[in-house]
Amino acid sequence: MLLQNKIALITGGASGIGRATALLLAREGARVLIGDVNRDAGEAVAQEIVGNGGHAIFEPADVTSAAHCGRLIERSVREFGGIHILFNNAGIIRRAAITELSENDWDRVMDVNVKSIYLLSREVIPVMAKAGGGSIINTASGWGISAGPKAAVYCASKGAVVLLTKAMAIDHGPQAIRVNCICPGDTDTAMLRNEAQQLGEATDKFLAGAAQRPLGRMGKPEEIAQAVLYLASDASSFVTGTALVVDGGGLAGSI
Amino acid sequence: MRLSNKVALITGGTSGIGEATALLFSKEGARVAITGRNEKRGHEVTASILQSGREAVFIRTDVRKAAECERSVEETVKKFGVLDILFNNAGIFYPQTTLECSEEEWDLQIDINLKGTFLMSKYALPHMIAKGSGVIINNSSGWGIVGGDKAVAYCASKGGVVLLTKAMAIDHGKQGIRVNCICPGDVETPMLPEDARMRGMRWEDYLAGCSNRPLGRIGTADEIAKAVLFLASEDSSFMTGAALVVDGGGTAD
Repeated sequence: MLLQNKIALITGGASGIGRATALLLAREGARVLIGDVNRDAGEAVAQEIVGNGGHAIFEPADVTSAAHCGRLIERSVREFGGIHILFNNAGIIRRAAITELSENDWDRVMDVNVKSIYLLSREVIPVMAKAGGGSIINTASGWGISAGPKAAVYCASKGAVVLLTKAMAIDHGPQAIRVNCICPGDTDTAMLRNEAQQLGEATDKFLAGAAQRPLGRMGKPEEIAQAVLYLASDASSFVTGTALVVDGGGLAGSI
Repeated sequence: MRLSNKVALITGGTSGIGEATALLFSKEGARVAITGRNEKRGHEVTASILQSGREAVFIRTDVRKAAECERSVEETVKKFGVLDILFNNAGIFYPQTTLECSEEEWDLQIDINLKGTFLMSKYALPHMIAKGSGVIINNSSGWGIVGGDKAVAYCASKGGVVLLTKAMAIDHGKQGIRVNCICPGDVETPMLPEDARMRGMRWEDYLAGCSNRPLGRIGTADEIAKAVLFLASEDSSFMTGAALVVDGGGTAD
């Protein structure tokens, strides 16, 4: 097991990539705290892990609230004794060009996707530093490196995540805290299906488009979770400030 | 074990990152063929693997030569029956500006670092395509993404490796083959003190410069090998065309 005696906090852990990562990290021996706004689904993931013989707790949290973020850290420190791994994964998407995007939606996406990383990391870094180091993994996106249509605020937010990751890596490397991000391509999650709805497209047509990449298919949440595990574990001990692209070749170039 | 029953061919496997990767792959269950130009070192590496009860073979290969590349692939397949993983790792480096680099030195670096990757892949791919799966990992460099001082041919070759990786990923993804590269920062290998010597620098000063990165140290060959293992294993099943930077944060700024 790669994460024996490690403690991991996963935001957006109730579904999709967050859920798959919670299950995988727990299977590798980590004690997992799941934060999410979705209480029922979050509790269910924690129970599933406990049912598998692992350690997990759920804490309802809106990561755009500094108070909620503080509570998450407190709970992990109180019940597990610290935090070694922070997976900033909570995220939302609005499929709209800026001319169709409300200020409210702009703020909401930026707060969930970017500000939450700041709010949580500023609390977690002192805890990690005291313990002699840690690993922070942020969920960016392929669209944090190259942009796509009708996703202006999402692209802006994920681009911000990539560079926030690098900036944090520079600042906290000397404290042995590694900071990296993953850049998934289209992955078979509820969020992806929701994009089809937002765009008013038929789901099967939308998903067929998502499979248009060198590997000819979408990703599975478990495949993204494996990349997070690599970055969370000591296997990546010399990796920091990196954007790990996991996208079936989507960004390699035009097919 | 993450590479049980897999067969891996590693170029430049006689020292440094290649050697560390050969040892790690074999520990993870792979049968390993290593190539290199130094026969003595090659047999030392395979001997240490054989001693642990695992299978390994050394095939003397100059990756600049198509016939030798073809022969190393064919010998690997003949010995182990299949080829699952190719790690194009052989590389060479001279610290030179454009004015200092002779045409011969230019050709040597481009041919080993870049053309060797093309040639080895050219002969390995048909075996992988025939069975509908395979993984190629190319060794690029942090200096395949950003430039460095006195390293013109090296930077050109490694930048070439990054984009060759992506182009191959596009062409062969549908055939079930994943192609990725790693971009290591300065790593504790024989190449590093050799670079210091060629630059006429004291090792202490040189090392301090290399360590000047967010993690405050150079990497170990084993840390790079672990990145190669990740890309070689099923853990990276949705990754292709990627450049995995393993540099202690060196290119973050």
